[in-house]
Amino acid sequence: MKAWFATFVVLAVCVAFTGLLAVTVWDIAQTPALVQLPAMVAEKLSESGVKNPVTAVLLNFRSYDTLLEIGVLVIAAMTGISMARTPTLEDPELRTSNELLFALQRWFVPLMLMVAGYLLWAGSDRPGGAFQAGAVLAAAGVLMRLGARPMNFLRPGILLRLGLVLGFAVFLVVALASAFAGEAFLDYPEGWTKVLIVTIEAVLTLSIGMVLLALFVAGPVNEYGEEDDPV
Amino acid sequence: MSAHLLYAFGGVVLCGMGLGGFILLSHLLRKLLAFNIMGSGIFLILVGLAQHGGGAEPGMDPVPQALVLTGIVVAVSATALALVLIRRYYYLTGQTVLESSAESGRRNNDDDPGSRKDGAL
Amino acid sequence: MTEWLLDGLLVFTLLMTASATLVSRDLFRAVVLFIAFGLVMAACWVRLDAPNIALAEAAIGAGLSGVLFLDAVSQLRRGQTRKRSASADQSPEAGT
Repeated sequence: MKAWFATFVVLAVCVAFTGLLAVTVWDIAQTPALVQLPAMVAEKLSESGVKNPVTAVLLNFRSYDTLLEIGVLVIAAMTGISMARTPTLEDPELRTSNELLFALQRWFVPLMLMVAGYLLWAGSDRPGGAFQAGAVLAAAGVLMRLGARPMNFLRPGILLRLGLVLGFAVFLVVALASAFAGEAFLDYPEGWTKVLIVTIEAVLTLSIGMVLLALFVAGPVNEYGEEDDPV
Repeated sequence: MSAHLLYAFGGVVLCGMGLGGFILLSHLLRKLLAFNIMGSGIFLILVGLAQHGGGAEPGMDPVPQALVLTGIVVAVSATALALVLIRRYYYLTGQTVLESSAESGRRNNDDDPGSRKDGAL
Repeated sequence: MTEWLLDGLLVFTLLMTASATLVSRDLFRAVVLFIAFGLVMAACWVRLDAPNIALAEAAIGAGLSGVLFLDAVSQLRRGQTRKRSASADQSPEAGT
């Protein structure tokens, strides 16, 4: 009886929360915006070095956000890896042997790598960019991992560390260099904008793919025969 | 009212549903699913409102879109980390529900039969 | 009119898949419904003039996080069936 009452209270609170949120959203929708952000972005787009406005916002106008974001990703990956039980990475027990999976690996992984490259390249003037490319890269890695293909770069070591940190490090170096040499933190010097953005995007793609893949691999998988420890 | 606002209100409902599920469901993976749904609702509110707002020109607003893009990537990495933690918790305790809800969760039968059995060790 | 119908249908499908994910009894089914939810979200982003987010959502929401969840579910379930059979051996009354 008590449990039912608690459930009822929680449901009531959630309904009230939803109602409040709906009223707020309606209120905001009726109020005209004070600043016209789209117009501001469109005005400065020609100076940003890229033609896709979302990429311009991500890597130029608000690159600070992206820098912090890749920092968060690296921290998440480090936490995940510290729980990993990597010795079981190529445990034959965990290998999925499936004809379909092998065919997918053979045909899809090269295709996915190509798609990732395309998305990265397309990001400057049409939908696409580092995040999408990084996700596709990670998906290709997951496909490889499911068939337990040996991927030595995911073992603890210099390659793993380098791959995880590369995006953040390059981004940070660019930010600091622009702070010392130029006007402000992350204010790219004139003429270098496009080159810097493309470089940062490329290393971001690698690092994002690496972080997501590392987090996927990090799951402690060897519960067999070990979980009978007393609780 | 434009069609974009419809998506914002859909996001509001998703948010409420996700919150309710996050509190009421006891299985940790279900909690995580509910949390993800809640996050998706917030993203929908952000972009839906921004597309509706302004109204001056029909074009898209890149700023909230960039924020949501960042948010999606952070959300998936947080989800992956949460899954690692849940697996670790399961590996160490053999449970898929939190300590305090292990007793009360057994009475609610809205979970799959597996998760109600543990803790009985 | 058709546009409104399409938008309404999309939002309705979105809410239906989300609620089905939350109330589904079987965890595996819940995860599959969550993947479907991610795909519908991607369609919603396209309707919201956000192709960048749609691409990311299709790759991440529907693909990557679905695989992550499925992997976790299969592992937890594998452990659970093992443990249930083990505890049934020890104490037959535990299951009732």
